[in-house]
Amino acid sequence: MKSSDLAALLNEPACAHNLKSKSGCARPTPGATAGGCTFDGAQIALLPIADVAHIVHGPSGCAGSSWDNRGTRSSGPALFKIGMTTDLSEQDVIMGRGEKRLFHAIKQAVDRYSPAAVFVYSTCVTALIGDDLEAVCKAAAQRWNVPVVPVDAAGFYGNKNLGNRLAGEAMVKYVVGTREPDPAPVDPARPHLRVHDINLIGEYNIAGEFWHTLPLFDELGLRVLSTLSGDTRFHEVQTMHRAEATMVVCSRAMLNVARKLQEQFGIPWFEGSFYGIGDVSSALRDFARLLDDAELSARTEALIAREEARLAVELAPWRERLRGKRVLLYTGGVKSWSIVAALQDLGMHVVATGTKKSTEEDKERIKALMGEDAKMIEDGNARQLLNLAREYQADILIAGGRNQYTALKARLPFLDVNQEREHGYAGYQGMLTLARQLTRALENPIWEAVRRPAPWTTTLREVSHG
Amino acid sequence: MAEVLGRSKALAVSPLKTSQPLGASLAVLGLNRAMPLLHGAQGCTAFAKVFLVRHFREPIPLQSTAMDQVSSIMGADDNLIAALKTIAEKNRPSAIGLLTTGLSETQGTDIHRVLKVFRARHPEFQNVRIVPVNTPDFSGCLESGFAAAVQAMIAEWVPTADDAGTGPGRRPHQVNVLCGSLLTPGDLEALRELIERFGLHPVLIPDLSDSLDGHLDAEDFSPITIGGTPLSAFATLGDAAATLVIGSSLYPAAELLESRTGVPVHRFDHLLGLDANDRLVMTLAGIAGRTVPARLERQRAQLQDALLDTHFLLGQARIAVGADPDLLHAFSELLAETGAEIVAAVASSRALVLTRTPLSQVRIGDLEDLEDLARAHGAELIISNSHAAETAERLGIPLLRAGIPQYDRIGGYQCAWIGYGGSRQLLFDLANALLEQADHGVAPYHSIYSRKADSRQEASHGTPQAFANSGRWH
Repeated sequence: MKSSDLAALLNEPACAHNLKSKSGCARPTPGATAGGCTFDGAQIALLPIADVAHIVHGPSGCAGSSWDNRGTRSSGPALFKIGMTTDLSEQDVIMGRGEKRLFHAIKQAVDRYSPAAVFVYSTCVTALIGDDLEAVCKAAAQRWNVPVVPVDAAGFYGNKNLGNRLAGEAMVKYVVGTREPDPAPVDPARPHLRVHDINLIGEYNIAGEFWHTLPLFDELGLRVLSTLSGDTRFHEVQTMHRAEATMVVCSRAMLNVARKLQEQFGIPWFEGSFYGIGDVSSALRDFARLLDDAELSARTEALIAREEARLAVELAPWRERLRGKRVLLYTGGVKSWSIVAALQDLGMHVVATGTKKSTEEDKERIKALMGEDAKMIEDGNARQLLNLAREYQADILIAGGRNQYTALKARLPFLDVNQEREHGYAGYQGMLTLARQLTRALENPIWEAVRRPAPWTTTLREVSHG
Repeated sequence: MAEVLGRSKALAVSPLKTSQPLGASLAVLGLNRAMPLLHGAQGCTAFAKVFLVRHFREPIPLQSTAMDQVSSIMGADDNLIAALKTIAEKNRPSAIGLLTTGLSETQGTDIHRVLKVFRARHPEFQNVRIVPVNTPDFSGCLESGFAAAVQAMIAEWVPTADDAGTGPGRRPHQVNVLCGSLLTPGDLEALRELIERFGLHPVLIPDLSDSLDGHLDAEDFSPITIGGTPLSAFATLGDAAATLVIGSSLYPAAELLESRTGVPVHRFDHLLGLDANDRLVMTLAGIAGRTVPARLERQRAQLQDALLDTHFLLGQARIAVGADPDLLHAFSELLAETGAEIVAAVASSRALVLTRTPLSQVRIGDLEDLEDLARAHGAELIISNSHAAETAERLGIPLLRAGIPQYDRIGGYQCAWIGYGGSRQLLFDLANALLEQADHGVAPYHSIYSRKADSRQEASHGTPQAFANSGRWH
């Protein structure tokens, strides 16, 4: 990929970071870096497309240690869970046999697995030796009559966010707009309902949590053309250009897709979140507003009123148990405030929140929720997080899986809110799951047990002091 | 004895292989106060870290030189020096494992030269020991990367007997143990106890049973390893009475150690089963000059009894194994001892040991190959890592998890299958896995003349054929 193309991608006009500094796109520090690469980000964004053969073109390190490790779920095909890689050998690298191997690899995948499409991901080594991904994909697509999409997102291009963006770019360039959606099926119970088509972007269906919100869209008469990409299919991504509105779910990284869909197809978009009662309701309202349909608005308000009333009753006992508990929250971007709202809603006290990937706008929202002197953690390494937890007497650390063992080794209760987690917290129903998981972590009797010193050490101390 | 069939496909599907840099990182994690550093893009480190965290359920220290587009093309020596400096300054480790990746090797980095530059430029970090290892991920596998790192540690840190004035047997109770990647932290713990039973003092290299055994430390956080082989141990290896090496991948490292120190080496391909452990126990008794403790005799008798109890199930059982070469070889010998048949054998990468393994064929390949072979030869059980769970499900046969990674089970890293006691447990685990799937042999047959009212229900548990036959008469 040309450096000018990369620069253009880093300069995302719809990105709020872009107005101030490029802090969100900072270069990593050798020897003190955490987080994935561009290839990682591209895989996260596209791997959930369930009926596609995802081929990683590179040596074994890239796919060998990363396949089959996503929490995303599919309601149908499991092809995406089968790791595929050209697994380049030293000879391939030295003799320049990568392209040839890739060409045959695509054939092998098509012959055996009949995928709806093949996605080919470049990696550092194949980018460095100059394999022409685009040409191979084009030739393979013509030869075997299956869409073959190059995703040029080698690891060394940069961080994960850039990978998300490059993946989105590939979808807009090669996939979106290549097929028309089928007519929406008529619901026999509501034959005259006007059904609207919508897109979600960056809904990855972690732990199946999208299945908490999808029934709401069905009830409202909103057909989700694609989620880009949780539990979606290739043909659904192809039809995204026909949506009437787009929601960017909790991830600024693929704003470029929303923006391009607006520029090229005039689809209005908004950013929102499915975490917390307030956010779910406002996301639904935003759709109703953009779609400008009075009946839809009425249905939306009725649904919101019903769900919020139900939740008020069902959450009451949980709120009782969680009231006043102190939370140290360390997550990025939109979640730095959307989860704050959800936790406050449960009666918890958020003592500090991470703002590493947050924009100025995000920070304003945090202040609105937590007060002017809200403690914001700009760059929380493990040591710092533990010190803060102690200083603010946090009862629990809520963060990404990477910090799980940081908390556990310090005997601090922990809840995972990032992509590796095993529970879905999205939607109204997700709030109940969240409350249950929080109490499960906080109220467990093990915390006393793991902090209790061995009896002989205390006895000895008593003896020596006495 | 086995014919080794090379890779036959352009595309690896459901990869069995884990990369060399990851294996080398694992070896470095067995050193005390250490930090592995991967010279590559940040993803190389992030993927390896997530992989190891999921397997061990422990925080894993691992750093990156964070190569980007510019440094990948223009040279990344500065990244490497900056990374070493940052780690030495911030984390104050005793050792850094400097490991290459496919990216830095393709670029053509010379880590040995860059390390010299670093030493000249930063004499203040002289006491941080650094071991450079070339581990491109376009060759080898986890096992070979692990072995390369162990060999490099010996090359860097073990002085020759002449230089250091060491001599074999000056520490008459010390036994050096080079521990291959086929051993789990649980195995190492058992091995240590076994050696200690003879009044000997084992020095394990690397010692994952002291760093990644999953224990709750008094310290709440450490950016580097807590526990593992202390660096000071390397200087004592030349005084030991003997060196044991477990796993053929470490034989070259053992040879190097022997040539430097003159300490005699005892080689063990693995420690599964009666034969291997008889040899180990005899060797230890010889080194210690002691008789075999009664407790071990009892354990041996227990293992023999387990051979009897499990032989109805294991005899002629049809088994598929997918693993790194040493582990594959270990299972081949153990299963041969129990009368089971390996009907499908897939190794992640080539190794000399595979030609010695008691099988007719071993394929270098992936889990798709294993699945095809297992299906074609009617395997009844798969032995492989957690990735094979879906393979086993598609085949409708049980999976016994072995090797790395094991992310869908808790405590796989702690499972001990070596020694008499561990081998007994392994026989039980194998037999129980087969029992789960027990096929009771003869499918129910329904006489065309019978009028059993309940036959339809019975038949639904039998073969479709039986159902069809009985169905005609209803």
